[in-house]
Amino acid sequence: MSENKSQIKKVLKDNTMLLVLVGVMLLFQVLILLTDHGSLFAPANITNIIRQNSYVVILATGMLLCILTGGNIDLSVGSVVALVGAVAGVLIVNLGWPIWLSIIICLLVGTLIGAFHGLFIAYIHIPPFITTLAGMLLWRGVATIILDGRPISPFPEKYLNLFESFIPAGEDSNVFMVTMILAAICCLVYILAEIYSRANKKARGYNVSTKGQFISKLVILCAVILIIGQFLARDRGLPVVLILLFIVIAIYSYFTKNTVPGRYLYAIGGNEKAAKLSGVNTDNVMFFAYTNMGFLSAVAALVCVARLNSAQPTAGNSYEMDAIASCFIGGASAYGGTGTVTGAVIGAIFMGVLNNGMSILGIDQNWQRAVKGLVLLAAVIFDVVSKKKKSSK
Amino acid sequence: MANVLLEMKNITKVFPGVKALENVNLVVEEGEIHAICGENGAGKSTLMKVLSGIYGYGTYDGEVVYDGDICKFQNIKDSEEKGIVIIHQELALVPLLSIGENIFLGNERGSKAKINWAETFDKADELLKIVGLKESSKTLIKDIGVGKQQLVEIAKAIGKNVRLLILDEPTASLNDTEAKHLLDLLLEFKKQGMTSIIISHKLNEISYVADKITVIRDGLSITTLDKNKDNFTEDTIISAMVGRSLTDRFPKRQSNIGDVCFEVKNWCVDHPIFEGIKVCDNINFNLRKGEVLGISGLMGAGRTELAMSIFGKSYGVNIKGQIFMNGKEVQFPNVKSAIKNKIAYVTEDRKGNGLILSESISKNTTAANLEKISKNYILDFDKEKEYSIQMVKEVHTKCSSVDEAVENLSGGNMQKVLLGKWLFAEPDILILDEPTRGIDVGAKYEIYCIINEMVAKGKSVIMISSEMPELLGMCDRIYVMNEGKMIAEMDGKEATQEKIMAEIINSGK
Repeated sequence: MSENKSQIKKVLKDNTMLLVLVGVMLLFQVLILLTDHGSLFAPANITNIIRQNSYVVILATGMLLCILTGGNIDLSVGSVVALVGAVAGVLIVNLGWPIWLSIIICLLVGTLIGAFHGLFIAYIHIPPFITTLAGMLLWRGVATIILDGRPISPFPEKYLNLFESFIPAGEDSNVFMVTMILAAICCLVYILAEIYSRANKKARGYNVSTKGQFISKLVILCAVILIIGQFLARDRGLPVVLILLFIVIAIYSYFTKNTVPGRYLYAIGGNEKAAKLSGVNTDNVMFFAYTNMGFLSAVAALVCVARLNSAQPTAGNSYEMDAIASCFIGGASAYGGTGTVTGAVIGAIFMGVLNNGMSILGIDQNWQRAVKGLVLLAAVIFDVVSKKKKSSK
Repeated sequence: MANVLLEMKNITKVFPGVKALENVNLVVEEGEIHAICGENGAGKSTLMKVLSGIYGYGTYDGEVVYDGDICKFQNIKDSEEKGIVIIHQELALVPLLSIGENIFLGNERGSKAKINWAETFDKADELLKIVGLKESSKTLIKDIGVGKQQLVEIAKAIGKNVRLLILDEPTASLNDTEAKHLLDLLLEFKKQGMTSIIISHKLNEISYVADKITVIRDGLSITTLDKNKDNFTEDTIISAMVGRSLTDRFPKRQSNIGDVCFEVKNWCVDHPIFEGIKVCDNINFNLRKGEVLGISGLMGAGRTELAMSIFGKSYGVNIKGQIFMNGKEVQFPNVKSAIKNKIAYVTEDRKGNGLILSESISKNTTAANLEKISKNYILDFDKEKEYSIQMVKEVHTKCSSVDEAVENLSGGNMQKVLLGKWLFAEPDILILDEPTRGIDVGAKYEIYCIINEMVAKGKSVIMISSEMPELLGMCDRIYVMNEGKMIAEMDGKEATQEKIMAEIINSGK
């Protein structure tokens, strides 16, 4: 019994941020209901939160890899978003190039910019802060030059559909049914995958969690999928961009947790010298982290351009700050070595909910900023203080 | 009879798991130069840290009586107010500031809001004249050599109205002329009534300047020799420094030594920052299968640098020389290639560059050999856990589970995790750098047992250690290193502490 209790305690401790997020959502809901501003949990609003914050989630994922290497950040991502957006605008709208080719070129441009930063950071050992600060100024300038200071729009319907449409498409009257069936399929796939991996583990003779723990985990996660599913179903269905987010999160979550290079990221942030003496090529890992950040900035740029339906010189302004804040709020250490992709995603959603909730309440933009700043500070203080407590024990 | 300036009575200082000082007594009379001798780790620096307030009043037992009063220093500032100034082995100067700024750092001329630069540099020039340094006080520290920097430190101390000057290995990085100048300076100050304490390994220097010598060994003050009563021969000092008997602190081993399996020829390494300074100078050595090979030497002899430069060029620049394994020449351009060739280097600094403290035991255990627990770069957590549990059992780490963070373990258990990490890399040649530093006797014994198990399996061990009894008790063969050179090689059975010390002292002359 006491073991069960400590298990529950551990689960709660590992998911503190998630619980805080749920708490904040409920708090906003109460405030919103009391002041008669509608509802945070209105289906259309849930869809909105997902679509509005998709770019932050993508950028935060990439930023996490940089932060893991030792609290290093990338200040250039907002400018890279603007630049890649500008390239997309020129290729797709002005030149009318095929959409798939244009997307590939955009991703390449982003990756190359990331590699450009990575080269200096990893091999010439210029501090990341300075390199990417330079990048921030440089790429914003280049983006404005390409766009000649004016936005490019509108983008073709075909392009917008890639990121902005819903499943099921069109004016299908069965939106609710189709979406719920999709959610149910998700649950089923998830359950089967978990059962398979558990059976596999058992067959190889390793310990597995007890049946009760296993089933309660499945039930909780399926319930979450179905609850989100029904919100989406009551609105316009499954946003395509959510699928993209899911793929990005799944890939990077797996990469950081389960692969050898992912382990290296944590090792470098935990103790760079020890990592070096264990045979890790720390320079290559740094290069990878920043190159990857460029790639994900390009992905975010494509999403962003579709959402705004225009390429603008001011696009992506201060996105880097949102991404960095998401990671730290999501539990990444400011010194590197700890943090998870899911944490960063929760941090990004947390920021999104703050924005959204305060906007619904009609709170002034400037106040919103001040509140977000305080939340970030509180999150980092929490991290540092809790670490100090641990080490003084 | 001069009056007693400083008396340290029954000083005992305990670190978690280790007694660094036990009832140490030191009496220093006004106007004398008092030398403190002892092996590495004997407790000399700890004693000086107690005196200067780095280990504040209350963290140690015993009394420090200075000028008739019991001292309750809480930090260096307190002791400096009384005129006690310590100059550490690693100089504490700011390279990018001028000599004058450094001399008055923390002790600025003028008021808090406005530094009086004219006074600063004038006073600094005066002080430089006293110590015989012909440099402008506006020269930057980085532009002068180590010998001159040492003089700046002394000028800085005089600027603070020093009564008792403590020098920790002041001549370690100086050449002979510079060292002579420094020692003469001390004699000059002595005439003017200043008292100094000097910590040094160089016995010829000590017999040149010191009036009295206190020998510390294993945290105990052994004896105090007086120039006027006792004769200061190097033999008497050496035997006081090392004279202890070897008991059954080392597990027995049946040596089964095979052919030479590892050989290093003409190995040269330059210092990574001060180019042109040779840290390893034309070193040759070999290692046999099933052998425990010791490398002895004082701190700064270049042993760690030698090991790290061999281990995938982890230290130094302009690395030259050849490495042979089983007769074939091999090259280790990086750490990975060294590990692939089945070499492991267990660092002397387990917290600094050995372990990732915030991570679990299991993640640390597998860190140097992730290939073994992965397939196509995908990690297998079940295997990781299984292997780490095995390793914890093998090296007897005491822990609640392998998921425990390493930072929660004691020093001895951390060392075992570190050793386990490198055993998991399955090396044939294991380089152990100070494998028992700062751990208790029981854990030491267990680590010696692991070493014996390794060589029983036909592997070879290179053991770098500053604790001579440990080398004498464990090694089949011992090399002695000093100032970047291999100066002697001796059979483990024939080696004695006196022989090793004598080699070091003779080569240092």
